[in-house]
Amino acid sequence: MSSNVLDSLLATSRVVVVAGSGGVGKTTVSAAIALRAAVHGRRVVVVTIDPAKRLADALGFGAGGTIGNDPIRIPVDGAEGELWALMLDTRTTFDALVDRYSPNAEQASRIRSNLFYRNISGALSGTQEYMAAEKLFELHEDARFDLVIVDTPPTRQALDFLSAPARLRRFIDHPLYRVVIAPSSIGLRAVSAVSQPVLRTIARVVGAQALDDALAFFRAFQGLDAGFRQRAQDVDRVLHQPDTRYFVVTSGQPEPVAEATYFMEQLETQNVTASLIVANRLMPRFATDQRRTPGDPPIPPPLVENLVRLGAEADAEVSALSPLTNRWPATPQRNVGIVPELLDERLDALAALRRLGSVLGDAD
Amino acid sequence: MDPRRFLSASRVFIVAGKGGVGKSTVAAALVTAARRVGMTAILVETDGKPLLVDPSHDEGLSARTITPADALSEYLDGSGLGRISRRLVTSGIVDVVASASPGIDHLLVLGKVKQLERSGAADVIVVDGPAAGHALTMLRTPRALGESVVVGPIRQQAHDVLEMLNDETRCQVVIVTLPEPTPVNESVETAFSLEEDIGVKLAPIIVNRLDANDLLDIPAELDANLPEVRAAHFRNDRIAGQRRAVAELERRLPLPRLSLPLDITATIDDHAEHLLAAIERLPGETTP
Repeated sequence: MSSNVLDSLLATSRVVVVAGSGGVGKTTVSAAIALRAAVHGRRVVVVTIDPAKRLADALGFGAGGTIGNDPIRIPVDGAEGELWALMLDTRTTFDALVDRYSPNAEQASRIRSNLFYRNISGALSGTQEYMAAEKLFELHEDARFDLVIVDTPPTRQALDFLSAPARLRRFIDHPLYRVVIAPSSIGLRAVSAVSQPVLRTIARVVGAQALDDALAFFRAFQGLDAGFRQRAQDVDRVLHQPDTRYFVVTSGQPEPVAEATYFMEQLETQNVTASLIVANRLMPRFATDQRRTPGDPPIPPPLVENLVRLGAEADAEVSALSPLTNRWPATPQRNVGIVPELLDERLDALAALRRLGSVLGDAD
Repeated sequence: MDPRRFLSASRVFIVAGKGGVGKSTVAAALVTAARRVGMTAILVETDGKPLLVDPSHDEGLSARTITPADALSEYLDGSGLGRISRRLVTSGIVDVVASASPGIDHLLVLGKVKQLERSGAADVIVVDGPAAGHALTMLRTPRALGESVVVGPIRQQAHDVLEMLNDETRCQVVIVTLPEPTPVNESVETAFSLEEDIGVKLAPIIVNRLDANDLLDIPAELDANLPEVRAAHFRNDRIAGQRRAVAELERRLPLPRLSLPLDITATIDDHAEHLLAAIERLPGETTP
């Protein structure tokens, strides 16, 4: 195996988290490095938590394809390792957690049929991020795989899952939560809504029924919280392990660069350092040192102007990237040109991903 | 079309589009263009991203960030939870409230926009919406909540917001896309979803970063390895690829289009100029 930055990172990581704004080819980069690691002998699983099934597209499965919440194996010719892929389903991941920590099936089903639970397991802000971390942890512990690559959703909140376990712990430990789940002699329903001014007000906002569902959920949740707390600690530990690496992907446009900068800052607040910046889909450079001999046919002016214009576009990308490059000079950066194979839908998607992988990995 | 007329078609323009298409730039260009033609404007940001306009030296322009979390805490403040709302936020209880009624935070963002619109705070209110998939979720919320919440202030809010979304003289959605296959596919899906599920009027779609130049003529006798020749082929491939994507968009989406040129050094002011020029090229009868 060659000793370039990407390959040595892929060889020594257990987890790689890929972050970046939408439209920069993050999913494609995740799939390409997963494929490359698999070719080099690792047993890789790549996870996308983007609901748009983009990983499925990148791997040529198409929308509504076969990628589900359980990893499926993607056959790769000539690979020493294995490539697996899955798309995260927040609800089923949460369901599996509830089942795991419920003392009995009856309590599990009481929680799973609770209206409030059904809402939060799909929609609670942070739930998706937490379940991504949970899935990451689960795959990390799964003996079938020795490398987990996670493609994060294209939102500002993508890295919330770094703090999600801590937030969940804080919530479970909070006095208000204790009040809410406090055993009551008067019965299950609406007790606290009457006795607690806070809950009374919340009930006015969201409606008494919604609050009752929430209270019923928290009471059903009782006894599970210790398991959840321990789990959150374990997940947190994996996210901060030295062999968990973070890659930030951007294009050469100012907006994605600003987002990449934001992600780099987010990582710093979590005491995590990015291991690699990928500047993707950059303009190619056309070398201008070609010698001309007298008698060669003249080059028409529009072609000369075009070369200058494309050069200026490439320069503009470099200057758009400079805030990122200058602020984190110690972070390795891979500049990747547009890979024509990826744009050509007639070409084999895996071959195109392999091509991107070698552009990313091979030394200049 | 006269830009003033274009920008008066509705008071609120919600800008939607996949990440990386230049949505925030277009939103900033829209308010700047409105100022150019003498209209007052507000730019509303919903994702917590830095604002691309500086309203500090222009009384006719303002900018504000309304994130779902802010809108929810503000609403709770107004509902008598003022003193403890900070505690509610840090404890995660606000998340719990939001999930007890999913979508309430999105609804409250739109509610704030509606409040600005009703108060006549400016001639043009441009909302830099969340990325495509989330924009749909946000805009679907009022109908869903209106149906599920039977009484109370939320129901009223949902009703009022839906009324705004369904009135094309009050609110339209501007979809921004790129002349590339994936953004075009996603925009077409978003457009149909917006019209059919939500009943919101779509303004002309904005095709951003279009290289509208003619193909370069490459003499066959030139050495194929010359940088000028390789650069010309690259450029021609790009132009041809963009043309295919625009043709696909035209075939699948019967909406007027505004094209913004690929101009890498453009400032927001330049983008506003490009936008005004593109509006002037639109036929006048597209909007009654």
